Amino acid sequence: MTVAIEKPEKTEAAEPAAPAKGARKVSRPVMIGAIFVVWLVLFAVLRGKQTLSLAVADLTDLHRWINDFNDSIGANRNSNPLFLYFFNEIRLVIDNLVTFVQHLISQPSGSRPVPEIGWLGVVGLAGYVSWAAGNWRVALLAVAGFTFFGLQGLWQESMDTLALILCAVFVALLFAIPLGVWAGLSDRFNRIMTPFLDFMQTMPTFVYLAPLTLFFLIGGASATIATVIYAAPPTIRITAHAIRNVSKTTVEAADSLGATRRQSLLKVLLPMSKRTVVMGVNQTIMAALAMVTIAALINAPGLGVNVLQALQSLDVGTAFNAGLAIVVMAIVLDRVTTAASAREENARRSKNRFVKWRRPLLGLGAVVTVVLIYLSHTYLWAADFPGDGTVGSHIASATDTATNWAQDHLSGLTNAFRDAITNGLLNPFQTLLTDSPWWLVGAVLIALAVVLGGWKAGITAAVCVGLLVATGVWSDAMTTLASTIVATVLVMILGIVFGVWMGRSMMVDRMIRPTLDAAQVMPPFVYLVPFLALFGATRFTAIVAAIVYGAPVAMKIIADGIRAVPETTVEAATSAGCNTWQIITKVQLPMSRSALTLATNQGLIYVLSMVVVGGLVGAGALGYDVVAGFSQGELYGKGLAAGLAIVLLGVMFDRITQAAARRAGA
Amino acid sequence: MARHWRAGAAGLAVLGLTLTACGGAKVGDSSSGSNGAGSSGKCATFNLAVNPWVGYEADAAVVAYVAEHNLGCKVTKKNLKEEIAWQGFGTGEVDAVLENWGHDDLKKKYVTQQKTAVEAGQTGNKGIIGWYVPPWLAKAHPDILDWKNLDKYASNFKTSESGGKGQLLDGDPSYVTNDAALVKNLKLDFKVVYAGSETALIQSFRDAEKNKKWVIGYFYEPQWFLSEVPLKKVSLPTYTTGCDADAAKVACDYPVYDLDKIVSAKFAKSGSPAYNLVKNFNWTNEDQNTVAKYIAQDKMSDEAAAKKWVDANKDKVDAWLK
Repeated sequence: MTVAIEKPEKTEAAEPAAPAKGARKVSRPVMIGAIFVVWLVLFAVLRGKQTLSLAVADLTDLHRWINDFNDSIGANRNSNPLFLYFFNEIRLVIDNLVTFVQHLISQPSGSRPVPEIGWLGVVGLAGYVSWAAGNWRVALLAVAGFTFFGLQGLWQESMDTLALILCAVFVALLFAIPLGVWAGLSDRFNRIMTPFLDFMQTMPTFVYLAPLTLFFLIGGASATIATVIYAAPPTIRITAHAIRNVSKTTVEAADSLGATRRQSLLKVLLPMSKRTVVMGVNQTIMAALAMVTIAALINAPGLGVNVLQALQSLDVGTAFNAGLAIVVMAIVLDRVTTAASAREENARRSKNRFVKWRRPLLGLGAVVTVVLIYLSHTYLWAADFPGDGTVGSHIASATDTATNWAQDHLSGLTNAFRDAITNGLLNPFQTLLTDSPWWLVGAVLIALAVVLGGWKAGITAAVCVGLLVATGVWSDAMTTLASTIVATVLVMILGIVFGVWMGRSMMVDRMIRPTLDAAQVMPPFVYLVPFLALFGATRFTAIVAAIVYGAPVAMKIIADGIRAVPETTVEAATSAGCNTWQIITKVQLPMSRSALTLATNQGLIYVLSMVVVGGLVGAGALGYDVVAGFSQGELYGKGLAAGLAIVLLGVMFDRITQAAARRAGA
Repeated sequence: MARHWRAGAAGLAVLGLTLTACGGAKVGDSSSGSNGAGSSGKCATFNLAVNPWVGYEADAAVVAYVAEHNLGCKVTKKNLKEEIAWQGFGTGEVDAVLENWGHDDLKKKYVTQQKTAVEAGQTGNKGIIGWYVPPWLAKAHPDILDWKNLDKYASNFKTSESGGKGQLLDGDPSYVTNDAALVKNLKLDFKVVYAGSETALIQSFRDAEKNKKWVIGYFYEPQWFLSEVPLKKVSLPTYTTGCDADAAKVACDYPVYDLDKIVSAKFAKSGSPAYNLVKNFNWTNEDQNTVAKYIAQDKMSDEAAAKKWVDANKDKVDAWLK
């Protein structure tokens, strides 16, 4: 889970600096202050008017229209040619792919009571592929990780999950790489694509899960497609970014040598961007793993089922055990793909003596792997993982002990903290947002966008505000916005503290990073159950969930930014007599300003993607609307509208922070 | 280099042979046995939806166990939310839903309009919905169990979420709730706060009982959690037929739901013995709670829990198989 470069901050030419830049630089904070003062004054006068609030069970015409539309699709499913000849065909192909992989590694196939390849073969294969694509260190990690699944007593579930991930990533790459290349070559296509990608990444999965099963039926195909929708965008974005970043001179050189478009694509652009594209694949795999528990809601087999079922009876230990398997799989896949992307360059640079042994050793490894696969195909001991997963039950009971202790001993402390944040920060802010007239909040948002990001950002904000009003869930959107901003502020505080610490010390980085990885892929509900005991079903619990998910990204980006500050600058400051505090606040942080803005951007987007999870633990508002829409047919339209509102909030803040980042970088 | 290569291959062959020699049982050696004691060969695959709550899991465990062991069916359990499970009737991916809580909207859509689903009788379980308080509270303030006294205690139920009023905690939006209307029409000084999931609700009650906190919330039985913490129900104005007809004006308790079974129209006509089993399946809240307890608290697998109950209740199971 290396830092996402999904939002290239400085690739596009910096926006032409606003006229009278000098004067503006001084006045920007003043203008922001003025906006807030005007807002507060008008709020005091107009409080409670035109707030556009909508009760939980109430619907607007738009919501009803969406319901009817959804019903009519369902009713005509079997007679509609679009279904008969289009969706059904897609479903068939993907279903076959999933079933094939499942029979290979996870599910009994045909008359065999076990899959074609047993645990020994899979472990061997995982080790061999990791070694061939990466290096021996990640190969060892892969072997250890895969063996760990077996020891946890979760071999089959893990393989079910792996099968689904492999299929989803395969299908995603099939589309994502060509689309990414196209978006990299054509600015126009890139502009068309971007809103779709934003949509795919921020639209809550709950919204399209039910329609998906209507289109593609319950089963492997729907689960795969749901995963692909969420997981494909990173590869598209990063591939486009990589193609754009191949130096212009190289391409021109190829052109002057008479290379055709096709040749320059295949021989120059693709090979030169390979390393970055692999990073995109890495991000796609991580995103796919984040979907494991959600896919389980539509009967996708695997670890997600264990997590969900254990949580029905609040069995945190068992859920944690399964969640841990997901984390281990994520770490293995992440490290292997990262090593694969680094390999190319390392191999080219270092001409060590092992290079000439590589080929024969690879051949040898292949033979060993084939033998292992054969054994696992033939013999029961190599097919079924031996033992009964005692490690897993130890992990489960240790987790239970730990969570019980925390719940019993920390409860008083946490409640005080929650009340302080809620009453001191969240409630006043939320009142300001929800009790102001909608046009006032809208005007404030647009004005802030103009001041921070320029006119273009202002126009985007205006469009988003207009559409937010149209969704009919304005008031809920404002409630969610308040929590989102509070969560983002806390994410940034944590991000700066830990990011600076990690950026300044490689050892700290190495120690903290696996925890951050775990926080990003551990299914949220596993840690939310103890949090519910600590903080109750409140908006604050939702904020904590968002922080756990969002802070790691911010920390990683900031750490990278701090590390990128030139060594010499820091040394110069040290010799000038600056103490550590001064170096951090006067040199390192100001110099990594663009990293800070990027961290805010990503932190916000990640926080927004937890809105629905927040709705499950007491946040209410948009998150609850989405969940309710997924659970009750009559509320489907409202859920979809709430999902759209989340997307709109995401797009609005993304554009504002990106524009602000470009200015900071300029 | 070639020599190394050959040596390696030889070593590998030896390794391979050694492993093969100590081979052990081969796949496919342990002949059959998996097909079980199928009595009626007619039972094809039986697609059973499993909705995400433990009580349903208990129903499904027992029905699947009986279908597999007594009827020789191949049961495919599908973990689905209600909406999606019902949708599956039309697409032929789901044969039966074993525990339906009301859901008149879904019945209208799939039974009356699309005609892809048909009702298959009651499960025998009574679904009770209402407002509950933790037992310590009912003991300390017995009069709290009458709704008329709720306002007296409203200030104790205040939380950071309830905006100065008492907090009434609601759970998973899948379940029928009139709580917002009830609070309004009974003129209570409470605010409905949406916890959003059953997990959040149970955790709140568990915490309330353990740490003697004031919590009142929406809950229901049969539910496995009640055997861990026996929550006490607050009585609301008595339910009379039709008093909940206008959702905005509801001022009475929830009706007792006779939980029922829904099957796909195709499955009902298929003549599968599994359909007969589903139709005859009937047991009490106590039965379900027993199996749910095996699963949720004793942490038994579905299969083991079902076996334990089936072995102890042969007569009931036999009645289903007639």
